[in-house]
Amino acid sequence: MTDPAAAVEPGVDIHEHAGIGDPNAHHHSPEQIRKEMKVYLAVFVGLAVLTAATVGAFFALKTFPVRIAIMVALIIASIKGFLVAAFFMHLLSEKKVIYGVLILTVIFFIFLMMLPVSHHANPFGS
Amino acid sequence: MDAHASVGHAELEIPYNVHPRPDTGLYNGKLGVWLFLASEVMLFGALFSSLILLRTGAESWPRGYEFLNVKLATFNTFVLILSSVTVVMAWSHLRLGNLKKGRIYISATVLCALIFLTAKGFEYSHEFQEGRFPKTNNFLAIYFTMTGLHGLHILGGVIVFLYFLGPGAKMWAKEPERYTNRIEIVGLYWHFVDLVWIFLFPILYLM
Amino acid sequence: MALRRQIRVGSQWMYADEAHKALREALRVMEDENLAEAHGGHHLPWIRRYVFSTDHKWIGIQYGFTALLFLLLGFCLMILMRLQLGWPGQAFSVMKLLGESRAPGGILLPEAYNQLGAMHGTIMIFLGIVPLAVGAFGNYLVPLQIGAPDMAFPKLNMVSYWCYFPGGLIMLASFLAPGGTAQSGWTSYPPLSVIASQGQTWWLIGMVFLITSSLLGSVNFIVTIIQLRAKGLSYMRFPFFVHAQFVTSFLLLLAFPPLEAAAVLQLMDRIAGTSFFLPSGLVVSGQALTNAGGGNPLLWQHLFWFLAHPEVYVLILPAMGIVAEIIANNTRKPLWGYKSMVFATVFLGFMSFVVWAHHMFLTGMGTTISAFFQTTTMIISIPSVIILSSLFISLWGGAIRFNTPMMFALAFLPMFGIGGLTGLPLGLAAADIHLHDTYYVIGHFHYVVAPGTIFAMFAGIYYWFPKATGRKLNEFWGKVHFWVSFVCINGIFFPMFAQGLAGVSRRLYDGGMQYAHAKQIASQTNPFMSICAIGLLAAQVPFIFNFFYNAIAAAMGRRDEGLGSNPWQATTLEWAATTSPPLGHGNFEVLPVVYRGPYEYSVPGETAEFIPQHVPVTEPAPRGGVLLPATAVAMREN
Repeated sequence: MTDPAAAVEPGVDIHEHAGIGDPNAHHHSPEQIRKEMKVYLAVFVGLAVLTAATVGAFFALKTFPVRIAIMVALIIASIKGFLVAAFFMHLLSEKKVIYGVLILTVIFFIFLMMLPVSHHANPFGS
Repeated sequence: MDAHASVGHAELEIPYNVHPRPDTGLYNGKLGVWLFLASEVMLFGALFSSLILLRTGAESWPRGYEFLNVKLATFNTFVLILSSVTVVMAWSHLRLGNLKKGRIYISATVLCALIFLTAKGFEYSHEFQEGRFPKTNNFLAIYFTMTGLHGLHILGGVIVFLYFLGPGAKMWAKEPERYTNRIEIVGLYWHFVDLVWIFLFPILYLM
Repeated sequence: MALRRQIRVGSQWMYADEAHKALREALRVMEDENLAEAHGGHHLPWIRRYVFSTDHKWIGIQYGFTALLFLLLGFCLMILMRLQLGWPGQAFSVMKLLGESRAPGGILLPEAYNQLGAMHGTIMIFLGIVPLAVGAFGNYLVPLQIGAPDMAFPKLNMVSYWCYFPGGLIMLASFLAPGGTAQSGWTSYPPLSVIASQGQTWWLIGMVFLITSSLLGSVNFIVTIIQLRAKGLSYMRFPFFVHAQFVTSFLLLLAFPPLEAAAVLQLMDRIAGTSFFLPSGLVVSGQALTNAGGGNPLLWQHLFWFLAHPEVYVLILPAMGIVAEIIANNTRKPLWGYKSMVFATVFLGFMSFVVWAHHMFLTGMGTTISAFFQTTTMIISIPSVIILSSLFISLWGGAIRFNTPMMFALAFLPMFGIGGLTGLPLGLAAADIHLHDTYYVIGHFHYVVAPGTIFAMFAGIYYWFPKATGRKLNEFWGKVHFWVSFVCINGIFFPMFAQGLAGVSRRLYDGGMQYAHAKQIASQTNPFMSICAIGLLAAQVPFIFNFFYNAIAAAMGRRDEGLGSNPWQATTLEWAATTSPPLGHGNFEVLPVVYRGPYEYSVPGETAEFIPQHVPVTEPAPRGGVLLPATAVAMREN
């Protein structure tokens, strides 16, 4: 029995369930997926190298001022973080809505980081 | 197929649970998990912020590398990064329709996670044996709190992965795409947990 | 003008489209029953239908009942406090309810007063208003107003409620802890809160549950609003209430986690002996603390207020949303400045993250930082003014219907105005030196939340009660409830401004009587305020009776026969669903398509007095419209 309301079902997806591994579901063909897998392995190698670099830099910079060591460590960590976010979490190909949420979060995260800065930078009497 | 979209049904079908909504390009769970991760950024961010405030205001602040096990933590970092790769491989194989390989890679992820937690356990017990507790000083306090909270997040991920290896795997038979999406979502959470560690490791152990 | 086609069904004439709809509904029910037989009955057992429900409407009702009970409890705690403030040191038999340890011989002890104060604030904010405004109204209305079958994650919705309720119970259980419950204010400042008795730990654990509930809920709301809105419902066609809930959810999502982190840190301080918030060299009652020290009490304040300031906008935004809906409906015209209101709301939400330290002007911050936060605080008053002014201007030229919801909504406007204006001196660092931690602050925030938000909540209850139950609350008793509440609530809070300006500090057990500079004004105003508080409690009695009488009657199936599904002749989508839509079956027989903005009342050039959002633009005879004969004739002649 066909549902006479079926013709007027706006806003609701009632197309057939995609078959197993239906490439159209995520608009990715099997070849594309295999290509992505190669990228993941490359990123893994990059992350492993950078982890070694983190520890290596720590030893190498022992004689340098603490500020420099902290900055280098954070820069390397940021690159690693970017790789994880961009490729593993496929943020590079994500939709605008997600970017919007994350940009908002980054802004508020910066406010949160300003908290200790503001606390120490301007004590009473200064 | 199933055209019960809005007709009375034992379980109400929510639109865009599996297939993305055209104008946003997202399915519900993906937007949901990113929002959740945004809140987690603020959670760990608050702890990082507290760390900075306490450290910059402290008369003396011990250095993690003076007594923490940097080698073990480096090993753990590799393990966690490896687990991130395995989970994204799992998701890729599921997208190719290969449940068996997917399950293997999910199990590998769980294994990595358990290795991480075990190593953490060794670390903690060593610190306790040496008389270093959270209450000893503020560095140790923030160290235990942040790595402890991070560890709880790992444990949470393990439980969810085990669910999807076990009773949750039934979903593959009926709704393989929905199952794949769920693994993608847990994977995103997992990558975030890895990301937090990528920052925790140098900040706590090396600075 | 084409007439709607009519057909004869049996002995009845029906509009053809309505007959078609009835036929589809009958077929659906029959198919449902066939399915039920095939599945051996798919009706859920009682516990899954009413206790662990995943239907947003029932979850909203669960939140509503629980929150209203907590509000009443928090109010009763305040009554006890006001008895003490009005007549300090006097014995009251009702105090004996607190037990001998708190009120020996019926005289309230100072420690017990502090417990009442801390728990009154906590219960009202976290167990009362937020669950009512967001959990109850938000949950019930948002899916309906956007034309969705339910929230995006129904099971998560259920989990949200079942984090809130145990969290609330833990908060209540803290009263039984040795040494009493939390008594360091709802703000839980260390070091006092760290050295406090066991009840404080329960408070912190309860907060973790409540924060988790809000976080899960906010994810649900945001995904639902973005993903499940009906076809044609663009963002600028949202009812203002949906915009308010949308921004509120972002505030909850991003501002609560720092407090969760802070609660964990305070728990570590209390249980694991850490010193996150304990400075070195602390001496308590003559004994030096054995903690390592090196912590910073201000760290807590920063983290706490980072949430707590956005939190106050969580308290007010849903209320503004409710008031906006009711004003548009009862003036029979669109909201003035809808677009400005939407942008103001978004701007307000964003700015709320950068004003927090105006609660900390007196903590020894430098002048640069104080100036920064003073500036942002002044800026954030602008969007509030835009929203309030738009609501005021919306009244101009309206055909105002003075029903009970509208009375409460109208009262909200000047009450929120007073609350907002009195916030300005507090936001200016120099003036705040005088006013910080005085009754002026208490007067300010109570004006926004009590005759502000709570009045809006009442307005919403009177307005949407028929949607949920098919019955209207009694108008006469509603008006009694309104007028007595309005007079008494102003009697309680207005004198607080005078008290604060005269220097009466807050959180004083005797209401200022111990200070020579405050004695006179305290003794002049406190008894009067306490009598008004008792009057306010009395004013709630008709409401409670009205509410429960009609709720129980509705539960027994007795609806108001003549009411129909749209008793207020409203345009928004929730009124397009049937009255009290059935649980677990979605909300609409067919998900609506939206063709119009949210407030098409008295649209020039249209014959109908109001046009619901889902009515297509080309249809010649809009359903649900009421023809105004003279206007109709004039327009037909155009």
